[in-house]
Amino acid sequence: MNLRSLKEIFRYPTAVAGFVIILLLIGVSIYTMIAIPYNQAVLLWRGNESDWYTNPKTAAPVWFNWFRKEKLPETLVLTTGDEAVTSTVKETKDGRITTYTFPIDFEFDSFYDDISIFFTSSYDAKAPFVGLKWIAPDGKETRLGNFSIGRKYSYRMGQDKKLTTKLKGNPAEIGLFTDLKDVKTPIKGQYTLEMEVVSFDKNTEVKAEYVMYGKLAGWAGTDHRRRDLSLALLWGTPIALTFGLLAAVGTSLSQLIIAGVSTWFGGIVDTIIQRVTEINLVIPFLPVLIMIGTFYSRSIFVILGAVILLSIFGSGIKTYRAVFLQVKESTYIEAAKTYGASNARIIFMYMIPRLIPMLIPAFVVQIPAYVFLEASLAVLGLGDPTLPTWGKIIDESRNNQALFQGWYYWVLEPSALLMITGLAFTVVGYALDRVFNPRLRGQ
Amino acid sequence: MAEATSSTTTPAKPEAEKKTSAGSSTFARVAKYTGVRIVTMVITVVIGLYLTILIANMGGYVDNIRRGQIREEQNTRAANDPAMRRLSLEERQKLVEERIALAEKRLGLDQPFMIRSVNFLTHAVVLDLGRAQQMTSSSGSTLVRLIILERLPPTLILFATADIVLFLLAIVTALILSRQYGSWLDKFFVALTPISSAPGWFYGIFFILIFASVLHWLPFGGMVDSPPPPTKIGYFLSLMEHMALPVLSITFSQLFLNIFSWRTFFLIYSSEDYVDMARAKGLPARDVNQKYILRPTLPTIITSFALLVIAMWLGAPILETIFNWPGLGRALYQAVTAYDTPVIIGETVIFSYLLAITVFMLDIVYALVDPRVKIGEGGSK
Repeated sequence: MNLRSLKEIFRYPTAVAGFVIILLLIGVSIYTMIAIPYNQAVLLWRGNESDWYTNPKTAAPVWFNWFRKEKLPETLVLTTGDEAVTSTVKETKDGRITTYTFPIDFEFDSFYDDISIFFTSSYDAKAPFVGLKWIAPDGKETRLGNFSIGRKYSYRMGQDKKLTTKLKGNPAEIGLFTDLKDVKTPIKGQYTLEMEVVSFDKNTEVKAEYVMYGKLAGWAGTDHRRRDLSLALLWGTPIALTFGLLAAVGTSLSQLIIAGVSTWFGGIVDTIIQRVTEINLVIPFLPVLIMIGTFYSRSIFVILGAVILLSIFGSGIKTYRAVFLQVKESTYIEAAKTYGASNARIIFMYMIPRLIPMLIPAFVVQIPAYVFLEASLAVLGLGDPTLPTWGKIIDESRNNQALFQGWYYWVLEPSALLMITGLAFTVVGYALDRVFNPRLRGQ
Repeated sequence: MAEATSSTTTPAKPEAEKKTSAGSSTFARVAKYTGVRIVTMVITVVIGLYLTILIANMGGYVDNIRRGQIREEQNTRAANDPAMRRLSLEERQKLVEERIALAEKRLGLDQPFMIRSVNFLTHAVVLDLGRAQQMTSSSGSTLVRLIILERLPPTLILFATADIVLFLLAIVTALILSRQYGSWLDKFFVALTPISSAPGWFYGIFFILIFASVLHWLPFGGMVDSPPPPTKIGYFLSLMEHMALPVLSITFSQLFLNIFSWRTFFLIYSSEDYVDMARAKGLPARDVNQKYILRPTLPTIITSFALLVIAMWLGAPILETIFNWPGLGRALYQAVTAYDTPVIIGETVIFSYLLAITVFMLDIVYALVDPRVKIGEGGSK
């Protein structure tokens, strides 16, 4: 088990691919933990409409359009102060008139779902006044509405009755993008929204968010609560890796130590440990975990501890024991005994290190099992209540009948990540096994 | 394939018949072995159950739930009792407290934890877990035992089918591959091994997506059409149709790893000297395969299959939930959702029974195929 034998791993192309994927996943984890701090992620994921109001519900990811001939509208959010939004200011006697121009590049084959503008403003005495004008690619202008805004105001264009009447009974998101004669096909081109904000005192500040809710949003899409799935996909990575790694290391190490103790002392100790292993086989692992999750705590650390405790006497002991029985008879152990090494020294310094080449591949191969276990618990509704994880996305998508409704991205994205993670670790584990234990798998 | 299938099942039989006709001693040994196994198994199960109950009741958590229930029950009863209205508030309170104490005593909640847990164990062993809080069986009963026993057959049907399909497919493929070690087919199946790193339910989601959502070939879930077909044949066909996807998911997720490891077992045993010897003697290839390779490999394969079956039982809660299969696993999910404590504990108990029975049955099969048990070494093992 030296560096040279590690290099042998590069003889297996799949293992190299797996290794690259694992590195990528680790990179994503580090990036996520730095870019979106834990507390912020948890708060956002538990957040409500006020955090996610600029997203449409159950929108597919934007890259769907790459594979489609008929382009679906992508959600567009323009805020005053963005570079794309230009503004001109005209000072008046007791205030000013600011004209904002929102450019809307419309190159899609179907209509938006809804159009809204969210205003927040601060003023001294009199609320500012807003006038909206829509300019179609052919230059045709439509007055949308004039209204006074309070400190918080939202204008939902599609629900503006007056505007709908003006557009011959078509809601804004359809009427504004057609010539009103053929309301089935939208007209592509460069649209402009002009917003005139009349302020009545010097201290007035107005912020407007112009949102067009499309069929697509973000690189990961959104769920039924408008949340951006990318948050959970990103944060699911470090959680899955940590859980898988800790659980795999914890269980394999404890099994190895117990197997070592069992073989070294033999006799009654061995018999008792063998019996306990048999009893452990009969304890239903997942139901007990479910029980713990329901009665005590769904915290991921409690579950992790329970997983390790329940696996201490797992079936791995038998495998390790078989090898330890051979190791025990080796001459160097005999030698250690002769010079009076203590039991602990022989077990931990001489016997267990011999099995490390066997242990490393075993625990790399086990990682996916625990990653999937965490996902399984989440799918059963027993995921950690605070954390956004891959399993919880699958759970929520199932609870909202995603497969039935055709929102496949919602299920497929976390599944694909789970699959990739699982395959990567398995492939690397197998290759490590072949490198470290050529005789065991030489066939 | 049919030929190979028969080859997997036949070798044990003629041997067994020969032995029994030779004398009853073999039968006696197997019986003794079985007897010893039954006793150890029962002890194991009881200890396992006791541990499960300890976990369920750690810190008296379950007791607290029951105490709370009793208190609520007595309070509502007192509030609805017209006779109690005439009493003063203090008197009423005192009466309620007395009743609660009585009810707790009746349920043995005043005894120390150790005695209580043993009491609970004796009840749990016979699945006498009282009444569910929310769930009911289809006959309307709230008895935990009825709820659980009613859901046992669907689970057994599903997993037995999956086990059989998986075992036969894997062993046949493994035998074929071991005979053409190094061929492209062999390499192809070895390359597919990592597929087994994901559990069955995970592939279930994909299969539902493909075969139910997109292609509309098979149903999304459930066990039979609703309403169930009136004829037996119709019912059976409907059952098959609903069972196809779950069985496919289980098989798909477990098949390739098993093919790989069993193939390796076959290769190990076929490189033994006595196999070369048999070949050198000019024995027909069929005999060599069946008697000299398959036969000694079977105990190893059965052990690995036993562990697999155990792992599959434990996957039941989630697989059945994904496929809406009305079995034990989904009942556990429903119990968790409804926070139905007695059912959750009952489910855990029945799953340990299932595990124990599986271990025991495979022990017997092991005894039948492992010559060491027949010769008499098994008793001391």
